[in-house]
Amino acid sequence: MSAPTHSAHHAPQGFIRKYVFSLDHKVIGIQYYFLGLFSVFIGMGLSLLMRFHMVNPEAKVAWFAKLWPTAAAGGMMTPELYLSLMTMHGTIMVFFVLTTVPQSGFGNYFLPLQIGAEDMAFPVLNMLSFWTTFIALVVMVSAFFVQGGAPLAGWTAYPPLSAAGRITGPGEGMGQTLWILSIAIFCGASLMGAINFIATTVDLRCKGMRLMRMPLTCWTWLVTAILALLGFAVLLAAGLLLILDRTVGTSFFIPGGLMISDQIISNHKGGSPLLWQHLFWFFGHPEVYIAILPGMGVTSHLLSTFARKPVFGYKAMVYAILSIGFLGFLVWGHHMFMSGMNPYSAMAFSVLTMAIGVPSAIKTFNWIGTLWGGKIHFDTAMMFSLGFVSLFVTGGLSGIFLGQPALDLYFHDTYFVVGHFHMIMGVAAIFGMFAGTFYWFPKMFGRMMNETLGKIHFYATFIGVYCIFTPMHFVGMAGNPRRYSDFTNVEYLAALMPVHKFMTHAAYFTAAVQILFLINLFWSLWKGPKAPMNPWNSTSLEWTVSSPPPFDNFGGVHPVVNHGPYEFSVPGAPTDFIMQTDPPSVTSED
Amino acid sequence: MLLAPVIWILTAIIAYFFAAKTWWFPPPINAHGIAYDEQFMRTLIVCGIIFVLAQFALGWVIFRFRDDGRRASYNHGNNRLETVWTSATALLFLGLVLMGTKIWAGVHFDQPPADAVPIEVLSKQFAWSFRYPGPDGKFGHTDLKFVNDSAGNPFGLDDKDPAGKDDIVSASLKIPAGKPIKLIMHSRDVIHNFFVRELRMKQDIVPGMEIPLSFQADTIGVYEVPCSELCGLGHFQMRTTMQVMSPADFEQWKIEKAQK
Repeated sequence: MSAPTHSAHHAPQGFIRKYVFSLDHKVIGIQYYFLGLFSVFIGMGLSLLMRFHMVNPEAKVAWFAKLWPTAAAGGMMTPELYLSLMTMHGTIMVFFVLTTVPQSGFGNYFLPLQIGAEDMAFPVLNMLSFWTTFIALVVMVSAFFVQGGAPLAGWTAYPPLSAAGRITGPGEGMGQTLWILSIAIFCGASLMGAINFIATTVDLRCKGMRLMRMPLTCWTWLVTAILALLGFAVLLAAGLLLILDRTVGTSFFIPGGLMISDQIISNHKGGSPLLWQHLFWFFGHPEVYIAILPGMGVTSHLLSTFARKPVFGYKAMVYAILSIGFLGFLVWGHHMFMSGMNPYSAMAFSVLTMAIGVPSAIKTFNWIGTLWGGKIHFDTAMMFSLGFVSLFVTGGLSGIFLGQPALDLYFHDTYFVVGHFHMIMGVAAIFGMFAGTFYWFPKMFGRMMNETLGKIHFYATFIGVYCIFTPMHFVGMAGNPRRYSDFTNVEYLAALMPVHKFMTHAAYFTAAVQILFLINLFWSLWKGPKAPMNPWNSTSLEWTVSSPPPFDNFGGVHPVVNHGPYEFSVPGAPTDFIMQTDPPSVTSED
Repeated sequence: MLLAPVIWILTAIIAYFFAAKTWWFPPPINAHGIAYDEQFMRTLIVCGIIFVLAQFALGWVIFRFRDDGRRASYNHGNNRLETVWTSATALLFLGLVLMGTKIWAGVHFDQPPADAVPIEVLSKQFAWSFRYPGPDGKFGHTDLKFVNDSAGNPFGLDDKDPAGKDDIVSASLKIPAGKPIKLIMHSRDVIHNFFVRELRMKQDIVPGMEIPLSFQADTIGVYEVPCSELCGLGHFQMRTTMQVMSPADFEQWKIEKAQK
């Protein structure tokens, strides 16, 4: 391991080069963060409209008609509008929030700092990947404004619904094409980012930063980047094939002998709808770990820091991250138990799925082991990390039901699934982002966030998300299908309406309290008290420099690492934490 | 600190609703359904115990190890503990999935007996059709060019084929109780899904594929069939029923249906 030798670029002067087309990983990280913040509020707004419609399917709302003159003519939301809101909610949340903020946002900002590098390995590629993501978002949102509106095929875009064009429904014309185009652009951006993360971690670690001395956050960013590199490449290929099916008449995913809307489809033959599902989920399952792994890293890092204790079983955690990454590529078939694929393969996929539960359980045990015997400080960042553990346990356990093909015979495509993935991939991951925000905000912006407001926001959100997503498991057990725009056509669903009303009100409440977060964020940006260099008495490298850090991160100094990342409460040490860069004479095990 | 009781209370409320079965499965109507419910309960008990213990433990460490002026203990883990909980989890999870394999095998690997009642299922945006072969036991030839939904010919029966003359077409599924049924499922346009809660069974119907599903239903009654794979704007309306009749009533229904 040698000190980083690549010649650093100089600090830019003009506004455009400094804040817009910046090469600085810190600015790019913040750009990604705000892109994600914008997206998460769009995505949340869409979910509120959906929850409103589910319990008020007949309601006429004047401004719906203004926003969607055709799809909500007279103010009443049509089923196709509901489905397009649903498709866009899922897509924006998965791609532009869950993939973007934990990895590209925090990862971009803190990977170089935590491993002692001056920047990412390829700053120009880094800038390019952000602006490509930005274009993908613009293309995605533009699908709302074309004729027919946004697509209605869901974020999974199963053909032939997504492949046969306008004939399968409104939104399946131009809207669906733009959707695929946006995803393809996003894949390109993610591939650029993934290469950059891997190269940076491999090449730019400072002197003494052995792999086994990296904070667990860096391990999760590295493994996530590998998942992104292998996963998005496949999605990109699948997306291109789908565009070809739609535009030039190929038949990768469309079989022969179809008749749609009373028209015989004679120009397609020999395609396979299942091929798309295999390609999609070959990306789609690793995507779940792309969303959650960085949250696991942040949680491990923060639990240790705020419990003032070393991570319990650091090596076991690293191996768990690696095995989750590896097994993540072998379980995609559990999304397809009911798809009509060979039922024998379901057996293999389910055993592998149970196997991936093991490293996830190891992480949970180790988190509790980390807290055990600690001296826990309840700062807001820590609260969100503790909330993450609770949500991860709850959301993970429902996966033990869904991973069994036998039980999936009933649960597939019910609200049980919706509850499961929102709990673990949605809110647990978002709690990881909140934790990261409260922990790193002082470093990123040089100011502290408000703790009181932060705690109120935490408790309201924690209780709120449990109230939204736990009841989904119950209506799922009662057989409530997902992706229904209203529940009036199936008789047994009438009995579940009170539960849906409860979830809708819980969603309104939870969404409303997010305003507290926005107030806290923007107020603190300008008015928060000045942050010291190391407000949490943390040990990792980003806390050895000023808040915010200088342009080249370490002010021309090449940091040298002498200790492991989690040396808290070392007996005989003068303070209860040893910085990674402290001289080796300071006692520590590593 | 306040977080500990919050976690405990949420855990207790969730555990209560699972124990009280406030919102639950409808009763099963066949042996597969009973076996399904047993496997569900096994999984629920295992996951329920882990859930309550893990959340309780989380609350406990939050409460017990709050900063009260002590010094935190210093250790980097315990390899023996790691080995114990890794193997325990692996055994438990794999055990559960293996116990469920018989149920899966019963649905997908066991061949239906030769005398199973064959019924063709056709799904399209946004309706169901079911076809019975009639007294000759043969399905008539079909072709998309003969399809005429409004004239009651969703399958595209060829009226020149004598085997199709006695075919019975219905918009809802009628089956005899206690007899093995063999569905042969097709989709005309996009992917749909056949789901009956009381059967504890669902299956995607993929265009371009012929997908079999066999089962038996023992309890007479009418059960809803909601489409369970997103198929377009009318997905939420794509509903039919499955009526389980006594074998005598079923034969009677076929005769009446054939005369119409």
